[in-house]
Amino acid sequence: MSQVAVKQEVDARGSACPGPMMELIRAIRAAQPGEVIAVLSSDQGSKADIPEWVEKAGHELISQEEQGGYFRFVVRKIH
Amino acid sequence: MANRMSLIIFSGTADKLTAAATLASGGVIMGMEVQIFCTFWGLMAFRKGAWQDPAQQKISAEFTEFASTMQEAMAKKGVAPWMKTLSDAKELGDLKVYACGNTLDMFDIKPEDLEEIVDGVKGVAGFISEAQDSKITLFI
Repeated sequence: MSQVAVKQEVDARGSACPGPMMELIRAIRAAQPGEVIAVLSSDQGSKADIPEWVEKAGHELISQEEQGGYFRFVVRKIH
Repeated sequence: MANRMSLIIFSGTADKLTAAATLASGGVIMGMEVQIFCTFWGLMAFRKGAWQDPAQQKISAEFTEFASTMQEAMAKKGVAPWMKTLSDAKELGDLKVYACGNTLDMFDIKPEDLEEIVDGVKGVAGFISEAQDSKITLFI
């Protein structure tokens, strides 16, 4: 897998639903199309919610992985 | 049908307000237009400063035995105060909060006594006219 340059990493660990999602949306809004944002979340709902939102909003989920006790999502802003 | 969510917040207890604020933010996140109609105890919770006053942060009567556990868990797990969740949601999308005119009259509350998040005053018919065209309507 080729390396993706992450423009900004948002650490939303310790924030409960819907906090991590809101932080991701804010970062995506502030970004330019094509830029990549990573978000870290320890909220269990994020595992399903973030991919769901990314699809609905028409962005690209580059990766989603579980690391010791939290999730890391990498999202590319499409439009 | 409009892509709209209509919430009636009748309860003024912190647990139900937290649930209502979380659902409203979910609606906004998924691109819905969200309208909230605050009535009775729900409207009391929108009086200026009420949400920051520990004396007014009550848990629903049927769950009081869990009150301390819940408050501890909420603080420990980073659950934002419900008003913060609601104002974040408003900043992200289309969320409108209306005060029930009847409740204002009944308890002698003026619109200026309410938190700034409140967009205006509506009567029941005004709320229903938008609610009848909503995909999701909840009474909390």
